[in-house]
Amino acid sequence: MSEPASETIRLTIDGVEVAVPKGTTVLKAAETAGIVVPHYCYHPGIPTRPAQCRMCLVEIEGQPKLQPSCVMTAGDGMNVVTQSEAAREARRSVIEFLLLNHPVDCPICDAAGQCMLQDYAYETGQLESRFQEAKLVLGRDRIADDILYFADRCILCTRCVRFMRDVAGDEALIVAQRGHKAYIDTFPGKDLDNEFRGNIVDVCPVGALVHEDFLFKARAWDMDSAPGVCPGCSNGCNIEIGAKENQVVRIKPRYNAEVNSYWMCDYGRKHLVMANRGARIDLPLIRRNGELEAVHWGEALTWLSERMPEGDGVAVVSPFESTESIAAFRALLARIGISGGGYRLARGDEAQLAGFPKLKLRAERAPNATAAELFGFREVESLPSIAAGATVIVAGDRLDDLPADFAGDAGFFAYLGSHLSEAARNADVILPITTFLEMEGTFINHEGRLQRFRQALVPPGVARPAWMVIRRLLSLLGDGADVLEAEAAFERAATETPGLAGIAWSAIGPKGVLVRTDGAAAPSAR
Amino acid sequence: MGFPHDHDLEIGTILSRHFGDPKARELDTWLTYGGYEGLKQAVEMDPGEITTIVKDSGLRGRGGAGFPTGLKWSFMPQEKSGPHYLCCNADESEPGAFKDREILRWVPHLLIEGCLIAARAIRAEHAYIYVRGEYFPFTSILNDAVVEAYEAGYIGRDILGSGWDCDLTVHIGAGAYIAGEETGLMSSLTGGRAEPKIKPPFPAQSGVFGKPTTVNNVETLAAVPMILINGADWYRQWGTEKSPGTKLWCCSGHLVRPGNYELELGVPLKDVIYDVCGGAPDGKKIKAVIPGGSSTAMLTADELDVPSTYEGLQEAGSSLGTASPIVLNEDTNIVRAMRRIADFYAHESCGQCVQCREGTSWVAKILKRIEDGDGRLSDLDTLYDLCEQLTGRTICVLADSVVFPLRSSLDKFRDEYEALIGGRA
Repeated sequence: MSEPASETIRLTIDGVEVAVPKGTTVLKAAETAGIVVPHYCYHPGIPTRPAQCRMCLVEIEGQPKLQPSCVMTAGDGMNVVTQSEAAREARRSVIEFLLLNHPVDCPICDAAGQCMLQDYAYETGQLESRFQEAKLVLGRDRIADDILYFADRCILCTRCVRFMRDVAGDEALIVAQRGHKAYIDTFPGKDLDNEFRGNIVDVCPVGALVHEDFLFKARAWDMDSAPGVCPGCSNGCNIEIGAKENQVVRIKPRYNAEVNSYWMCDYGRKHLVMANRGARIDLPLIRRNGELEAVHWGEALTWLSERMPEGDGVAVVSPFESTESIAAFRALLARIGISGGGYRLARGDEAQLAGFPKLKLRAERAPNATAAELFGFREVESLPSIAAGATVIVAGDRLDDLPADFAGDAGFFAYLGSHLSEAARNADVILPITTFLEMEGTFINHEGRLQRFRQALVPPGVARPAWMVIRRLLSLLGDGADVLEAEAAFERAATETPGLAGIAWSAIGPKGVLVRTDGAAAPSAR
Repeated sequence: MGFPHDHDLEIGTILSRHFGDPKARELDTWLTYGGYEGLKQAVEMDPGEITTIVKDSGLRGRGGAGFPTGLKWSFMPQEKSGPHYLCCNADESEPGAFKDREILRWVPHLLIEGCLIAARAIRAEHAYIYVRGEYFPFTSILNDAVVEAYEAGYIGRDILGSGWDCDLTVHIGAGAYIAGEETGLMSSLTGGRAEPKIKPPFPAQSGVFGKPTTVNNVETLAAVPMILINGADWYRQWGTEKSPGTKLWCCSGHLVRPGNYELELGVPLKDVIYDVCGGAPDGKKIKAVIPGGSSTAMLTADELDVPSTYEGLQEAGSSLGTASPIVLNEDTNIVRAMRRIADFYAHESCGQCVQCREGTSWVAKILKRIEDGDGRLSDLDTLYDLCEQLTGRTICVLADSVVFPLRSSLDKFRDEYEALIGGRA
């Protein structure tokens, strides 16, 4: 399976001449010419290629039989035709065979609209089945405590079996029975409880494997989709966030060869679906006569700029905040004279994906502790007790594990956050900020990879990204101009730490970019 | 029907001369019959010399495909970079075939000797005999012989004082037709599902445990000792240029004398059916013969005057296969017989390739409906189309196996299908 890059061969695919490294498969070579050969069992992230779906058969001049392009090595001078009558007829018949016993329950299938069986069935365009017999009914099964298996929709491509065996290294799934009675099941005596099991839903080319969190939630075409970065841990897996009616309904991994390949862990998926929870702070609140009062931004920020104490104090940032927000927060602290600052970081068990070791559910359960370190924040196990009269300023940390009298006799307590915990209610000013789902920005993962994420949801009320709030406040304090765009927020941040120096927003590509973290202590593994 | 019957075409049985003699299973008696003489020669010989003799003999694989055995051996790497393996395919599952069973049952030491000589020829240090699970009683006979041969020093360390080591393991399958396909067999042998694998890599490159492997049929390996002892020319006194030697036949169906026969290759098929087996009982006429096991094309009674060689039956539009003719008399319902065959292949499809998984059972369901009197003429068009879709599109040839009898039955007995359909469009 190694592809020595030394030698280049040339072949023709559908009349297009292609040059590829020796050892490349015909299917991959076709890709370089922009030709997609339909396939089911082949998946670029799963090393085994059984060539069993027979969908990628192509005609190769001089070969009597159609050949599976997923395993066929491209040869020099080869003439491949993917659209010949024989190849098209072979694909048509595969689709007809797959649909013989298929329930065609697309109207209630979660995969409808994003289904490779649907796509190719439309492409081959056979309107009626010649099948006169009764359909075989296999039914539905719970294959894991959060994944359902609809056997009748299954096309037995075995991607799920092979993901578990060849990528997750856990032979939890098997093909049971044989022939037309075959179906996918858990290995006798084993449970499908692997930390990476959710990926079998993503690799399923049809609607046979369905995550219960998503069951009947949304039609594919009714969802908004945004590229994100998973905040579950410091690995920084690339994800696609599916949202409907401003709720996160589905998380899928997004390919990044440097971080997570095609995969993500289940902790990340579940963590993100929980993002829908809780009542949000949707308006600025200021304390007047001992009571919190909702005001508009202008009033709140003016009020705050007039009362912002100078001098040292306690500052807390959340490692869930974006790099831009953390940078802005550091700038604010510098302006008012707070030198230190800490962040709290939850830890948990690790889990590594055997077939792609860079993907690891990491102990540090936050996405951006590296940025916090880069901007001079240090991890603290717990918040210091707040002395009477002290200044306290918190950005992002929910404080929801703290007693209701937290910072009760602080001199001044400003809170920028998304959720209003009991402890946060003691603040003198509460500013509503967006979560990472509602904004554009960057995270820096455990190895110092800076990655962009896009806005997936509309923020509640008038909540704004923390960097926007803070930069506005700073401008009111006479320190720099307003920042209204994520790009500008990043470029401002890049001038404020050597780690980001010279990195242009536009240079942060789909793989992200490594930043210099030598100025910062990496979050210690405990 | 076990061992061969007497018949007019007796040629002095070679492979089968000790069939029916229980004493032949015992090593002491077997040695008095000339047992292990071939192995004694082989351990003194260079592996290449053994292969050359087998190549010259023209011996062809008896598992059905008829691939030249010596040529197959020569595909194995000449220089060893790791272990080599020999697999003896004793997963005899083709409906109609029951020849390997007789070898296991009566002359297990002959098979063991053949395995060891082949192992030496391909530089293997371990031979596996993969036996069909249903052959349990015959496996225990084989096991007893293996124990005897180990104790007598014919298998194991320093075989016959030659310094050459080779082990032999008997493995019992769990009962799947497709475990008889060589890549399926190797997958099953190493603990996987009996699922054929895409080639390349071929077994001689990457087989059992990913090492160079040769898979040979029982009857093929059983023929090797006598070829080594008597020479290639001796073996070529029987048969034809392209199909030399003798062949075990398994004749079943509507016959006066069904059973096993060892015959020279090239005997006209009609002589096998009528002279050797006595034709159909009760004076009935023969309607069709499926000559090589159920996966070969049907021949009508008028098409039987063909030489029973690999090339002769191929010219006749069928295949010698395992030389296991199934004879159907004039009372046979061809549609029903064909449905029964299709049921078998639908049941035995491993389910990997879409065409085979879905197509074989579809064929069986259509045939069942026609048999039940609910067919339509358009079903015949569909069946013909399925013959196209099931040919040459899959990893192995199980799907093709149902097409050979199906297409021939449609071509040659269309009137029977139409009679059951009764004109419904």
